[in-house]
Amino acid sequence: MPEMNMVRALNLALHQEMERDERVVLLGEDVARVGGVFRVSEGLLERFGPDRVIDTPVSEAGIVGCAIGMALYGLRPVCEIQFSGFAFFGFHQLNCHAARFRTRSWGRFQVPLVMRAPIGGGIRALEHHNDSEEALYVQSPGLKVVIPSGPRKARALLVSSIRDPDPVVFLEPKRVYRAFREEVPEQEETWPLGQAQVLRHGRDVTLIAYGAMVREALEAAEQAEKQLRASVEVIDLLSIVPMDTPTLLESVRKTGRCVVVHEAPRSCGVAAEIIARLNEQALFSLQAPIARVTGYDIPYPFFAREMAYLPSTKRILAALRKTLEY
Amino acid sequence: MPRKVCETFQIEYLQILDETGQVDACLEPDIPAEDLRKLYRTMLAARLLDRRMHVLQQQGRIGTFPSVQGQEGGCLGCAYALRLDDWMVPSFRETAALFWRGLPMKNILTYYMGMEEGNRFPDHMRDLPIAITVGSQPLHAVGLAWAARIRKDPVVVMVFFGDGATSEGDFHEACNMAGVFQVPVVFVCMNNQYAISTPRARQTHAQTIAQKAIAYGFPGIQVDGNDLLAAYVASRDAVARARQGQGPTFIECVTYRLSPHTTADDARRYRSDEEVREWQKRDPLVRFRKYLEKRQLWSEAWEEEITEEIRGEIDEAIRAAEAERARVEPLEMFDHVYGEPPPEVLAQREEAAEFVDQPASLRQT
Repeated sequence: MPEMNMVRALNLALHQEMERDERVVLLGEDVARVGGVFRVSEGLLERFGPDRVIDTPVSEAGIVGCAIGMALYGLRPVCEIQFSGFAFFGFHQLNCHAARFRTRSWGRFQVPLVMRAPIGGGIRALEHHNDSEEALYVQSPGLKVVIPSGPRKARALLVSSIRDPDPVVFLEPKRVYRAFREEVPEQEETWPLGQAQVLRHGRDVTLIAYGAMVREALEAAEQAEKQLRASVEVIDLLSIVPMDTPTLLESVRKTGRCVVVHEAPRSCGVAAEIIARLNEQALFSLQAPIARVTGYDIPYPFFAREMAYLPSTKRILAALRKTLEY
Repeated sequence: MPRKVCETFQIEYLQILDETGQVDACLEPDIPAEDLRKLYRTMLAARLLDRRMHVLQQQGRIGTFPSVQGQEGGCLGCAYALRLDDWMVPSFRETAALFWRGLPMKNILTYYMGMEEGNRFPDHMRDLPIAITVGSQPLHAVGLAWAARIRKDPVVVMVFFGDGATSEGDFHEACNMAGVFQVPVVFVCMNNQYAISTPRARQTHAQTIAQKAIAYGFPGIQVDGNDLLAAYVASRDAVARARQGQGPTFIECVTYRLSPHTTADDARRYRSDEEVREWQKRDPLVRFRKYLEKRQLWSEAWEEEITEEIRGEIDEAIRAAEAERARVEPLEMFDHVYGEPPPEVLAQREEAAEFVDQPASLRQT
């Protein structure tokens, strides 16, 4: 099995899906000639031509809104928003239209589009290039929200997202793009939306993370094992909507303790939702309050201070310790 | 180096049928007599339904709705230029055009009874649902047209929106995309002079709305939006251009809504009765009747006959809509959100089931 980073893995998914299904088209800013600012769509223009791989004007509402029209017509548009922080310009089109067309046409129309966008911080980027807005999409019923954490699942989830009959917001942690390689099979692979993955089995505490925070979580689990002699179960959520609640419940019922990690601000974030679900359905298994390690309720700082903002292995380890010692 | 003019532009205004029913014979389109009568009947149906809906609204049988009176001619003239396999993307005052495309009256009623069912148009109609958020739908039209071009289907997309919509960013992005990619779309701005209370002059300082097209690199034309013939001729040419691969066109229909914005609006707060009376003289329905009369296609007896027919259709549509309203299954609101509902939605459906009343018609069984 070839090893590749997340950029190559996503590129493989796009190549194979465009090959397999001529309804798949790609549109976005700088996606064709230069292959995207992160090079995720490299080589696609040469292979599939300018009708299917389209450089658009700088126009996020235009990109998302046109993708909706294309999807209504029967195409399978994959649109790229250059950075998730720019997706606000297209948010109205996603929330009020992509998410609702099926409902407001009472099932007649569907919008099978994918909106890809690099998300999250940690790459010393300019302002507006670092935020994590996933919770906004979770509050837009009708959308699905996916955040992979590594090359292999990113590829499989992108394939599943393109084939999904509903609009999928596919958020790619840019910090992970070239951070490491994984074996990714050449032949087709999918991963169901709404299925989490237990990355590491453990008995004492459940550590839930997604996106770039999964690596921090694994590292913290490693250290907890050594320093605290604790057996940590790590779950990669992968899909925020739908959420694999049964896997989370099963783990927490076993361990009785839980820490949830994300980069996004704390209040009303995804961790809050996870904790609410665990409280509703696993309260009597809990031996300690569930802890959150998140970004803070402040605007994402410029990069001189970003490492103080982002959850770190140290912060996760502290939360694990507190939870275990409760 | 002297300054020089690098670009100039002109905006054409088209009127074929004036308010007295006089027609410009040089510009008059060749529309079959049967179609002329059908077009008139369609306008009349939209007008009579609208009047009846005001009564239904006061009786509490339907909710708040935006009246379409005064705007029937422009939208219908435009839509008449489309083939049935073309796409039409309405805003919310295109009832006459939707009737022409095949929408049953019942859909308009159930929609304003608060039922999504009304927005599910018959499967044969290539029309998007009624769009409420102002200026949002031109992008969907551009996407449809773009997809048609990619698939090499010879279809055209026509989208309707108001003067207020032209101040929205999404509208401008739609025009820009359409111009850059030369997609087969016809933009129709139903400039009815007001966005609720805000007059046209507060939307743009430009002399015409049509000229906005120039900035995006395609032609714009202003037409008398209460003249069905002018709206048709401008649209016929625009549709032909689009179908031949010559890209988008912008049509500004200068019209007027004779009623308040919706049944919840009080138009006397922002416009005078005198102004409304002036526009009543330009009523598209009255004008078209005069035209048909001159062409000996209209008689009082026929008017009475079709009025009776339409009233019967309205009665029947109200009966059918109210029967459907009585059968509303509240829990169906969970069923059309996703192709395959996620577990959360299914669980919440079950939770809601304990608390909702079943419709009377289902309770019996």
